[in-house]
Amino acid sequence: MSAVDPIIHRPVLAGLRTGRNRLYLTCLAFAALMVAVALAGPWLAPADPNASDLGAALTGPSPAHPLGADAAGRDTLSRLLAGASASLLGPIAVVLFSTVAGVLVGVTAGWFGGWPDTFLSRAAELLLAFPALLVAIVFVSLYGTGLAAPVIALSLAYLPYVSRLARNLTLSERRLPYLAAYRVQGFSGLAICVRHLIPNIAPVVLAQSSVNFGYALLDLSALSYLGLGVPPLTPTWGSMINDGQSALLQGHPLSAILPCAAIVLTVVAFNVVAEHWADRVSRRRG
Amino acid sequence: MIARFVLRRLLELALTLVAASFLVFGAVHLAPGRPETFLLGGRAASPEALAAIRAQYHLDDPFFLQYLKWAGGVLTGDLGRSMQYRSPVLGLIEARLPSTLLLITMAAVLVVVLGIGLGRLAAVGGPATDSAVLVGTSVALGTPSFVAAIGLLWVFSVQLGWFPTIGSGDGLPDMIYHLTLPSLALALYWTGWLARVTRGAMKDQLALEHVTVARSRGLPERLVIRRHVLRNALGPVATVSGLTLSGLVISTVLVEAAFGIGGLGALLESSVQVKDFPVVQAITLLVVALFTVTNLIVDLCYPLVDPRVRLGVRSDAG
Repeated sequence: MSAVDPIIHRPVLAGLRTGRNRLYLTCLAFAALMVAVALAGPWLAPADPNASDLGAALTGPSPAHPLGADAAGRDTLSRLLAGASASLLGPIAVVLFSTVAGVLVGVTAGWFGGWPDTFLSRAAELLLAFPALLVAIVFVSLYGTGLAAPVIALSLAYLPYVSRLARNLTLSERRLPYLAAYRVQGFSGLAICVRHLIPNIAPVVLAQSSVNFGYALLDLSALSYLGLGVPPLTPTWGSMINDGQSALLQGHPLSAILPCAAIVLTVVAFNVVAEHWADRVSRRRG
Repeated sequence: MIARFVLRRLLELALTLVAASFLVFGAVHLAPGRPETFLLGGRAASPEALAAIRAQYHLDDPFFLQYLKWAGGVLTGDLGRSMQYRSPVLGLIEARLPSTLLLITMAAVLVVVLGIGLGRLAAVGGPATDSAVLVGTSVALGTPSFVAAIGLLWVFSVQLGWFPTIGSGDGLPDMIYHLTLPSLALALYWTGWLARVTRGAMKDQLALEHVTVARSRGLPERLVIRRHVLRNALGPVATVSGLTLSGLVISTVLVEAAFGIGGLGALLESSVQVKDFPVVQAITLLVVALFTVTNLIVDLCYPLVDPRVRLGVRSDAG
């Protein structure tokens, strides 16, 4: 890393460098389970996550409410399951958008070089000066509630991390003779990029993107903790923590602690899986 | 050479800030909804009153003129007027700065001491310690500051009753007492992050030949670690300080919300909720400025950390 390089590298590839496959497999299974729950969450919930059973308010686990109920008497298990959708689908969308846009920007910059490269790289540097959470907060305040504004904001905020990587990979790939060979055979630049270059850099980019998932989940749940960016009747883990905080301070911790645990476990599981992938990819590339 | 480098970096800094301020101002300008309807709070107003408000906040001027007026004001220390409080933004920020500044300082000290300490421990402490630190930092990196806040509140305020649950206190000792849990919550994530960075950088150094040479010369291991490993690993650690600092600042929004502290983060949050754009603009620009200025300072001080690097010699290899 050169001294005057103002770009920040996330410590991605320097992470877990162990052969503990059991940990990786456990985390992979847990992450897969969470994705399944996120997709099927609303149908898995035993009760309506917004139905209020005031008689059960702040009670502990019982047959009717296996994980207790919150201060408004809403079933915590149902809210956790229903909340998984909004809590996980948002980050998945962020990762998807930032990857597609980042690859587009990065490959364009690296392929053409010259002023497009200068312009795009400078723009990405500028974006890096805005912390992702700040961009998301400002977007929500400007463009209204709902999941769209924060997802677009975070996609923008994570774009430079992907585009920088894609640009550098494109630059180093361009030096390789196989691309010159395709050129000589008369393939167009677009065809070479789409058919050969992007598939070749994809593993590294996808490893970076899977690492971004954890960051996006943290940022989005932070937003919903602040009450920003979620429709009022959609439970998310962040908003559940916000709802449960006053009950926790009065000695009824369950409705706040459980979504906390859900966030930490999910992010750790996804991070371990992502770092394992990143590690494997970086080792394969030597 | 050095003067030219500093000049060039200052120019880059100025350009970055101009571009960032333009982005922020433009984003606010493009927002749907009209500012004067917020100022009136839903009350009906005569066309004359509306016109007066639009004139007072220069809402009828063309976009570039508005931007230039705002940017000129920022340069002279006038950050605009809050619509919510009907008072200058600068005063609002100054009033909330002490508690937030103390909170960030305490957290930053924790991050630097614990982060570098744990990273060092992991790099040189043997496989068992390494795994323990890796597991610990993995959990830290999965714990956003508001979750840490909830956990700390539950254990230390509700269960043990050692710390207050809300507020920032009066007077320095009381403030430090009040801000202990918040600063821990704020520091946790970034401690894990910095420990990872330190560990990685030290492991990279440990694999290099100069360490083997130092050992073969019979230097005590402690000296080798301090002078030849940790010392060289400080470069990557210094490089991420801008990111760490702006991350700490923006996370105060969460921690101040969780602990009911009326600081800068709480101001940003409440301004966002009621769409008080001048305040949002000002704080956003402040955070961006903090990030870029910190990076500039780190760059200028980098030769102290790594004497091989000379200012003004741009290596584009990295």
